[in-house]
Amino acid sequence: MATPRTLFDKIWQSHLVDVQEDGTCLIYIDRHLVHEVTSPQAFEGLKLAGRKVRRPDLTLAVADHNVPTTDRSKGIEDDESRIQVETLEKNVKEFGVPYFPVMDVRQGIVHIIGPEQGFTLPGMTIVCGDSHTATHGAFGSLAFGIGTSEVEHVLATQTLLQAPAKNMRITVEGKVPAGVTSKDVILAIIGKIGTAGGTGHVVEFAGEAIRDMSMEARMTVCNMTIEAGARAGMIAPDETTFEYLKGRPMAPKGGEWELAVEYWKTLPSDEGATYDKEVVLRAEEIIPQVTWGTSPQDVVPVTGRTPDPAAETDPGKRASIERSLSYMGLAPNTPMTEVKIDKVFIGSCTNGRIEDIRAAAAVAKGRKVAANVHALVVPGSGLVKEQAEREGLDAILKEAGFDWREPGCSMCLAMNADKLEPGERCASTSNRNFQGRQGPGGRTHLVSPAMAAAAAVSGHLADVRDLAN
Amino acid sequence: MEKFTQIRGTAAPMDMINIDTDMIIPKQYLKTIKRTGLGKHAFAEMRYNADGSEKPDFVLNKPQYRNAQVIVAEDNFGCGSSREHAPWALLDFGIKCVISTSFADIFYNNCFKNGILPIKVTHEQLRELMDDAKKGSNAVLEIDLENQTIGRPSGETVPFEIDAHRKHCLLNGLDDIGLTMEKASKIDSFEEKRKAAAPWA
Repeated sequence: MATPRTLFDKIWQSHLVDVQEDGTCLIYIDRHLVHEVTSPQAFEGLKLAGRKVRRPDLTLAVADHNVPTTDRSKGIEDDESRIQVETLEKNVKEFGVPYFPVMDVRQGIVHIIGPEQGFTLPGMTIVCGDSHTATHGAFGSLAFGIGTSEVEHVLATQTLLQAPAKNMRITVEGKVPAGVTSKDVILAIIGKIGTAGGTGHVVEFAGEAIRDMSMEARMTVCNMTIEAGARAGMIAPDETTFEYLKGRPMAPKGGEWELAVEYWKTLPSDEGATYDKEVVLRAEEIIPQVTWGTSPQDVVPVTGRTPDPAAETDPGKRASIERSLSYMGLAPNTPMTEVKIDKVFIGSCTNGRIEDIRAAAAVAKGRKVAANVHALVVPGSGLVKEQAEREGLDAILKEAGFDWREPGCSMCLAMNADKLEPGERCASTSNRNFQGRQGPGGRTHLVSPAMAAAAAVSGHLADVRDLAN
Repeated sequence: MEKFTQIRGTAAPMDMINIDTDMIIPKQYLKTIKRTGLGKHAFAEMRYNADGSEKPDFVLNKPQYRNAQVIVAEDNFGCGSSREHAPWALLDFGIKCVISTSFADIFYNNCFKNGILPIKVTHEQLRELMDDAKKGSNAVLEIDLENQTIGRPSGETVPFEIDAHRKHCLLNGLDDIGLTMEKASKIDSFEEKRKAAAPWA
């Protein structure tokens, strides 16, 4: 009998083009997403070497990091941002790469539009010059971020040189309590294993709590696998996956759909497959999470407090806690719900999908954003925005005082005009609370969309469960 | 890509865990469409005040470390964003080698594409090398890729591991793309097989 294989093993083995003597593998890449920030130097490299894009038909480009989230019909004001977007437009034209223009309704964050279009499919290898490519693993694909040299390599050869990864399984057993979302699940996982907990591994998420999640929720979990240091995160495809994909513009149709589903059903890990590392969490024990520091692993339940460096015996860790608290402007042992905020950001490739907007609107309904807070809602794509408006979510949010914007990466990394001022504090649904991430000197608390909306209407970090209707 | 064989240079101590790529090169400098010129922005937020003046306490601003070629840092160096601007900025500053107990995967890969050698050592070795790096102008380390050793100021050497393919490419300054293009016929036949097995892909 054949050795039982994991989902990762199956995808890896079916994409091997060549294996060198030292074990380095050349793997085939099925889908390549391209954006304006990490691609200009790759296209330039191709031009200098006189190379072409091998498979433009497997490539999809969009501008997302630099685009304004206000009226964009007048173009981009910032010169550097505009040049970067124009450079992408020039490159896709020259190399014949499919592209969603800034004014196209399909424009949005790369990791939102790939799944939305059915460009992302189970069993595939998917790359992008962006670490949050891990998002696409929610479909049972092997998806990971690459650097610009690798972007150039994929454009030229449709392959990538990779060392094999190890297998890790994170099982979340049981059902999550009310008020707890997939964002809280992944933050709790990162809190448990740390930001280097997954280094060298591909993580497969399993267990009842994961199976129960919608595709949107699964994408949030896989998206932040990179914050646990893993190369990729993935979830076995099932009926939820097929249901989401069926009828999407780039998904297979007719007989090919049947054939594809039949194949996708063979992908889940075999009974008895082994993992190099296993972690198990109980969903019932997870409480809405919030970060207090400057690394995603600096996370506590919203009912908790900031840590006390004096209680830490390891001098390195103590210094790190002190540095984080000082940057964040927080005293030790501060209850998280007493932390006042200035801004709220709801959006990003982590939480910019329709369910996230619905969750925020559910909390916002009939309430008002606190006077001291500016709250931004940035849909992940033009289609998410359109759907939210069809459902009347924009009206609820605007009525509550939220600022309803055009799609893009926005204040997740503040490459466009949306940013924190030095010292400003933000409850954010994005993925990184690094120093200066949302603007130099800005302070970020990572939370779920429901928790972000709760913070917006409370004026301080708040436990969304206390606001339940 | 420039070859990496041996270097003898000052090592700067960065006694911090989780030095992320946002710290190495903040996003406001990612708007460039070039690979060069990022050295002056490396570690910008730790290195400069808001008015653009230097923060004298930051290690790379200290006279004895301004020409550092090596960084010695704690766990999980290069975590976060995949931006290759991080190794570009380090290289443009003059950093050719980073020594840590662990690296984030994407950053680790990106280093090799740019002629930077990331070296993984044990916690104990790192403590010794960190102490060496803190010796200011005496903080000179000798990195020998061929023999896979780090020479310490004391004369002792620390051995390190590296995979053979990456070592070969660094030693010879080889471009991966050129090597892979030589395998075009293998890629062609893979594509044909894939088309038959998974026509939707």
